[in-house]
Amino acid sequence: MDKTLYISPSPHIKDTDSIPKIMWTVVATLIPAGIGGIYFFGLQALWITLIATASAVITEILCQKILKRPMSIRDGSAVITGILLAYNVPPEVPFWIPAIGAFVGIVIGKMVFGGLGYNPMNPALIGRAFLMTSWPIHMSVFKTIPRGGTLSGIDAITNATPLNVFSYAKNVLAHTSDYTTEQVTEATQAITQIYSAHGDLFLGRIGGCIGETSALLLLIGAIFLMYRRIIGWKIPFTYVGTVAILTWIFGGTEGLFSGDPVFHVFSGGLILGAFFMATDMVTTPVTFNGRLLFGFGCGVITGMIRLWGGYPEGVSYSILLMNLTTPLLDRYTKPRVFGGK
Amino acid sequence: MFHRKSFRGGAHPREEKHWTEREAIQEPPLPEKVIVPLQQHIGTPAEPVVQKGDTVLTGQLIGKTDKFVSVPAHASISGSVAAVEPRPHPLGTNLLSVIIESDGNDTWVDTVKSDPGYKKLSANDMKNRIQEAGIAGMGGAAFPSHVKLSPPSEKPIEIAFLNGVECEPYLTSDHRLMLEKSDEILEGFRMIMKILGVKRGIIGIELNKPDAIRLMQDKTASIKGISVLPLHVKYPQGAEKQLIKAATNREVPSGGLPMDIGCLVHNVGTALAIFEAVSSSKPLIERVVTITGPGVQSPKNLRVRIGTPFQAVIDFCGGYTESAAKLINGGPMMGISQVTGDVPVIKGTSGILVLDEKTAKLMPEQPCIACARCVDVCPMKLVPNTLAKLVEYKRIEEAHALGVLDCIECGTCSFICPAKRNLIHYIKLGKAQWAEQQRKAG
Repeated sequence: MDKTLYISPSPHIKDTDSIPKIMWTVVATLIPAGIGGIYFFGLQALWITLIATASAVITEILCQKILKRPMSIRDGSAVITGILLAYNVPPEVPFWIPAIGAFVGIVIGKMVFGGLGYNPMNPALIGRAFLMTSWPIHMSVFKTIPRGGTLSGIDAITNATPLNVFSYAKNVLAHTSDYTTEQVTEATQAITQIYSAHGDLFLGRIGGCIGETSALLLLIGAIFLMYRRIIGWKIPFTYVGTVAILTWIFGGTEGLFSGDPVFHVFSGGLILGAFFMATDMVTTPVTFNGRLLFGFGCGVITGMIRLWGGYPEGVSYSILLMNLTTPLLDRYTKPRVFGGK
Repeated sequence: MFHRKSFRGGAHPREEKHWTEREAIQEPPLPEKVIVPLQQHIGTPAEPVVQKGDTVLTGQLIGKTDKFVSVPAHASISGSVAAVEPRPHPLGTNLLSVIIESDGNDTWVDTVKSDPGYKKLSANDMKNRIQEAGIAGMGGAAFPSHVKLSPPSEKPIEIAFLNGVECEPYLTSDHRLMLEKSDEILEGFRMIMKILGVKRGIIGIELNKPDAIRLMQDKTASIKGISVLPLHVKYPQGAEKQLIKAATNREVPSGGLPMDIGCLVHNVGTALAIFEAVSSSKPLIERVVTITGPGVQSPKNLRVRIGTPFQAVIDFCGGYTESAAKLINGGPMMGISQVTGDVPVIKGTSGILVLDEKTAKLMPEQPCIACARCVDVCPMKLVPNTLAKLVEYKRIEEAHALGVLDCIECGTCSFICPAKRNLIHYIKLGKAQWAEQQRKAG
């Protein structure tokens, strides 16, 4: 009575989660923000997302064919890269922008390193950084007024996002001697006005990249991911918390501790970055303290860029820079072994 | 107290106890032959004292040893010795075994008899009976019990533990033993405490066995010093380091043993065997095994003679089902998969698990995505994905520095890994390669 028996190392039972399941769940949680993008900015948001995704998928298939590696499209990671890249571009970009961005993100951000699991930096952000540096005008012009809202949080200003307004006004207030009194008063008023646009910022009735504006829709997806334990609390909360504290202390117009942390948390790409890109598992530390330090580091760099840097937005660069520190963080934050000293 | 006693990490595989938790222990008919390996324990193998053609009685010595860290082997049925040769062993490789063909009578050797004066025995006399009975830890590790019960005097023991946790899915032999043999187990535990000279005993039982908890609590209510500790159901709560941590919040030092922090842990089956050895000089020749899983027709808990081939036990349970595809010695998390059903039940065989095609199908390994689930669940606070990668890239010194030797091989990391990486396999390989390197260097 000879049965053919399987042999394998223990354990002989495995949990039901798998890499494709995790990736496609993340795709599903990004959909609410995508629908929001279409609602606020029109159908062009849909086309941009589809083009970026198609470009990412086709690029990955081509790379794997050329490099003679097994097809891995079904795991869903290229789709995530495409969607995130799309969410990080303004609504009025020409269609070749997301196509090229996704292509670069997949090739330089992932495939040259060996595919999923081997890349040191977030592929979608590599794509976005490439676009920002190569076509800065296309990537920083915001003209589409969101349905039911304003571009900047202030009715009168229709060519700048809230962070653009903040950046300009902060600059004026830091060098008041270079500006007229009216300009200085205008700047102070502008900041006060955008600081009171919390509702618009939270809902997404504000100008910006197509997937980053609606904190509400992004958080719905993020909360589900945390419930499913696909992302943890450590990185997003320390990232957002650090930005909040820094901007509260230094981001005000009346001296220290007069800034508006709520404004900064909900403006720009912080929610999208903190919950969906800084939590990319491959490029972030695996240890408890490593993750806390990673979130903290991202927060410090984002805060610094927003408060004192040349760019209005710092999320992409802070995440990319902290990605580079991940191996170092992992090495120096090893947990104390059970029974060790 | 609101704080729940537990340990950091761990996971929750499906318990699968429903197959056998209500099956009372049955005794199958005697096997036609038994294959008794001369090593079923950690330490030096025993040496045969019988040869082909000899007649033996049940309980008769067939393998002796004069080394301290070793136990003797005994005939588990009466009959004639058919051969003394290497045979497949459930822990892999072929080991020297004594094959006995049954004469159907099960005639016991006359040294096995009840001793009404056993309570007056000294600690040393009790330990001698335990050694002569060939008792090794029956939770699976099979460490010689008389050695465990002889800690050096500079390591005094404060707390003795009885391990009724049984955290592996599917297995219910300890559960049934606690329900059906509670008096004997408690008497064995009292013997353990007397030998060690401890006043405090803790019985750990997971909360998925409420009837056993209630029964043991009733039986120990009037015994001063022994208490029952119900534990939150989480794998691997039954690992001795994690049991001690949950009960006392003390951690066994890295590279050390429970005795370093004044603790000692015994499985309930071992306590029962100790009782039988001390009170009747009965050697360890049978044990309760859970035969279970979707690949067996009628899952049961059976009291099986040591040396009974797996195939005979499975046949008594109705044989394989159509979908049977994997045969495991032990539980699903730490058990060893078998190439043949012709291996014997040994002293550490707590379960015979037969899994079906769906569960047994091998999944290809994907690259590590650094999701850190393995880091979060490791009960020893290691970084399993990094350890496995280091071993894969042959960086053994670094793996050692990172704590590869501290791994208790519980399997929780591999269980939870979404990339289906065989982390435990790499870690075991790393440990073996390190030992090899040490041997070559020293």
